[in-house]
Amino acid sequence: MSNANITAPRDTVAPRNFGTILKELDWRRYVIYIGFVVVFLFFAVLLRDQGFLSPNNLLNIFRQTATITVIAVGMTYVIACAEIDLSVGSVAGLSSVCTAMALSQWGLVPGILAGLAVGLVVGSINGALVSLLGIPSFLVTLGMLGIAVGVAQWITASAPQPILNDTFNTLFGSGNFGPVPGLVVWSAIFVAIGAVVLNRTRFGRQVLATGGNRNAAEFTGINTKRIKFQVLLISGMVASVAGMLYAGRLQSGRFQWGSGDELSAIAAVILGGTSLFGGFGSIIGTLFGALLIGLINNGLILAGLDSSQQQVVRGAIIILAVALARKK
Amino acid sequence: MNTADNVVEMRSISKSFNGVPVLKDVSFDVRKGEVHALAGGNGAGKSTLMKILQGVYQADAGEILIGGKPTAINSIQDAKAAGIGMVFQEFSLVPSLTVAQNIFLAAEPLGTGGLIDDRASVRRAKEVFSEMEVDVDPRAGVARLGTAYWQLTEIAKALAQNAQVLIMDEPTASLARHESEALFELIDRLKQRGISIIYISHRMDEVYRLADRITILRDGRHLLTAPLTDVTPEQIVEGIVGKKIEGQLSYRARDHVAQDGAPLLEVRGLTAGQRVRDVSFALRPGEILGLAGLMGSGRTELARALFGIDKVDSGEILLRGKKVSMGSPQQAINAGVALIPEDRRAQGLVLEHSVQDNLLLPLLGQIQRGPLLDGAKGKELSSSLIKRFAVKVAHPHRPVRLLSGGNQQKVVIAKWLGTDPDILILDEPTAGVDIGTKSEILDMIRELASAGKGVIVISSEYPELLAVSDRVLVVKDGSIIRDIPRSEIADEEYLQLAVQGV
Repeated sequence: MSNANITAPRDTVAPRNFGTILKELDWRRYVIYIGFVVVFLFFAVLLRDQGFLSPNNLLNIFRQTATITVIAVGMTYVIACAEIDLSVGSVAGLSSVCTAMALSQWGLVPGILAGLAVGLVVGSINGALVSLLGIPSFLVTLGMLGIAVGVAQWITASAPQPILNDTFNTLFGSGNFGPVPGLVVWSAIFVAIGAVVLNRTRFGRQVLATGGNRNAAEFTGINTKRIKFQVLLISGMVASVAGMLYAGRLQSGRFQWGSGDELSAIAAVILGGTSLFGGFGSIIGTLFGALLIGLINNGLILAGLDSSQQQVVRGAIIILAVALARKK
Repeated sequence: MNTADNVVEMRSISKSFNGVPVLKDVSFDVRKGEVHALAGGNGAGKSTLMKILQGVYQADAGEILIGGKPTAINSIQDAKAAGIGMVFQEFSLVPSLTVAQNIFLAAEPLGTGGLIDDRASVRRAKEVFSEMEVDVDPRAGVARLGTAYWQLTEIAKALAQNAQVLIMDEPTASLARHESEALFELIDRLKQRGISIIYISHRMDEVYRLADRITILRDGRHLLTAPLTDVTPEQIVEGIVGKKIEGQLSYRARDHVAQDGAPLLEVRGLTAGQRVRDVSFALRPGEILGLAGLMGSGRTELARALFGIDKVDSGEILLRGKKVSMGSPQQAINAGVALIPEDRRAQGLVLEHSVQDNLLLPLLGQIQRGPLLDGAKGKELSSSLIKRFAVKVAHPHRPVRLLSGGNQQKVVIAKWLGTDPDILILDEPTAGVDIGTKSEILDMIRELASAGKGVIVISSEYPELLAVSDRVLVVKDGSIIRDIPRSEIADEEYLQLAVQGV
C-alpha cells in the first residue's frame, strides 16, 4: 500500500507522459517539490495513526524548521554567489549568548542589538577576508566556525544564559502572532524578503551573475568584490537573527545552539535546487528543502526510530534527492 | 570514386534533438592524406556531424565506415580506437601536468610492477614531436606554455594514439600569425605522412591555403563537396550564407568623420602595467579606429585600461575634453564607454543564464521600478534588443550556452548597445563567427559610427580591420608605433608589414 503510494506519483511525472515538455522544463529543478509531496504522502499514510496529520504536529514541523529555514535563506545567497559559509551555526550560538548576556545587563533593545552586532562583525570579517584578500570562503568560514563557537563558550564559561525577559521570548520564538506561531511568521518574513530580493532586485541579479561567471560580471561593470562581501555579511546577519530565535524559543543563550546547522542549511539549499557551483538560486526551493528535512525528522521520530537510525535514513534521503536533482 | 581510398565515410547521417532535426541525410567522406575543409554557418550542423564522428552523439540514422568497414562509434573510446583524433577548440589539457603526462593521460606506458613509467612516456613523446618536426620539451609543465604549444601537445596526444584522422576546429583562433604559419607547415607534413585532416574554419584564406576539398553544410543539409580548384571564394560564401554578400568586406569611405571636430576621446601618455606604455591618441565622433598588432602587443591591455579593468599607472583619459578617471568598469560604463571583450564565453556571457538575463545584466537600472525590477519591462526591453540585432533565439529564457557562436556574439554586442554608449570598444568582435553574421556585425559597426559614436576595433584579421577602419593604429610592445589613415593603406600586405614594424 505504502509502496504503491511512493511509486505512483513518480510514474506520472516520468518523461514518457509529458515527454518533451518536461525535458524543456528541466524537471530536475522541481525534484524538491515532487520529493516533498512524495515524502509527505508517504508519512501521511504510514503514520496516520501516530497523529502525523494533526494540525498541531504540522505546525510543529514548521516551528522546528524555522531556524534552519532562516539560516538557509542567507545561505542561498552565499551558495548562489559560488561561495560557502560554514560559520552560520556558530554565529547563531554566539548571537544567542551575546543577546542573553546583554539582555540581562541592559535590557531588551541592547540585547537585540548585541545579537545583530555578532552577525555584523562576523559577517564583515568573513566578507572582507574573502573579497579583499581573496581567501577561499570555505577556509575563512571554517576558521570562523571554530572562533565563534570558542568565543561563545569562553565568555559564558560554558554555562547557559537564561533569558527572563518575556517580551523578548514572546517576540523571538516562544509566542504567537494571533493564531500563528511567531517562528512561522519569522520564517515567512525571511523567505518572502529573500525571494523578492533574489528574483526581483538588481542586487539579486548581480549575485546570480557573479556566481554564474565572475569574469563576465566584472566586465559588465558589477563590483563582484562588493557582491561577495555583501552575501557573506547577509549570511552572518541572518544567522545572528536565527541565534536570537533559538534564544527566544529555548529562553536562554547557549553556545551549543545552532551547532551543526550549517550542514542542514547547506543541505536545504542544495535540495532546493540552488547550484553548488553558483549562478542559480531559489529561495522557495530552499524553504521546501528545509521543510523536507524537518518533515523527515518529524516523521522518523513519530515512526519510533531512534536517533542513530534517524541519521542514517535522513542522510540516505538527502543523497537520493540530490542525485535525482543533479544535472546530466 | 573508389571507397577504399576513404579513411572515413559517413553515409546519410540524420540527427534530431528534441524532435528538431539538426542533420538531414548528410554524407561526408575523407580520403587518406587529404585536408578536407568543412564549412557552414553557425548552426549549420558542422559540430554535430563532428561530434557524431567522435562518438559524443549517436546518429539517428545512417552509417559510418572506417577504412571501408562499417563501424559503430558509440563512445569517445570507440572513436579513438577507430583512429579519429580531435584537436579541441577549447583545449582539453590538464594544466598542472607536464606535456608528456598529458599526451599519455589514461594511456600511460607501464613499467615493472604495473607502475607508470614516466621516462618511457617522455621518450615516446620526444619521438612523436620529432616526427612532427617541432621542438617541445615533454617535461615542461603545460600551465607555463603558450597556446601554440598547447595545440602542439593536443596534436601529439592524438598522434600518440595512432590517430589517422585529425579534426581541427578553428585551430588558428587563438594563434598569432607566425604560429598559424607554423601550424600550416605542420599540417602539410602530416598530410605527407598520410594523416587526413578535417579542417573547420571560417577563414577563407586558410581554407584555400590548406584544403584539397571542401564540403559545405547549410541548415543541416549537405550542399556541396568539391575540390577547391573548382569553387571560388564567392561561391563558398554564397553557399554558407545562402545569399550573395556584396561589398560587406570591403571598405566604404564614410564622410561622417569631422576631422577638425573636438575629439570624443583623448588619451595622453597612458601607461598601465607592462603592456601599455605611454599611449596617446584621439578618437573623433563618427570615427572607426582600428587597432592592429600581434597577439601580446598590448592591444587588449589598452582596451582593458580604457574600460577600467586594469589599473592606470599614469597618463590622462579625456572624454569630450574633460578629464575622467576609469577606476572600474562601472565608472567607464557611466562615462559612456562599453567594451565587447575578446573572449565572449569567459568574459562576455554568463553561459548558464538565459539570453534575456544576459541581455539585461548591464541594463538593470533601466528596468527598475522603485527597488524592484519590472519583469514586463525587462521582457519588452530584451525582446526589442533581440529583434534589433536579429539574434536567432528559440526562446529568450533558454540558456545562452545553447546559441551558436555568432548568435552568442550578437547577444554580447546587443547587451552593450542597450546601454547606448558613446564609445564602443570591440576586441576581436568576429572571432569564431560565420561569414554571414560577420558581415552583419561589420555593418552594425559602420551604422554606429554613422550615428556619431566613436568605435575602436581590435582584430587579428586584417581584411576585417581594413573593411571598417577609418584610421589604423599599429601597436607594438605596448606603444603605438604608427597612425595610418585608411586611404594610405594600399592593401593587406602593407598593413602586415607595418604591424611587423618594417
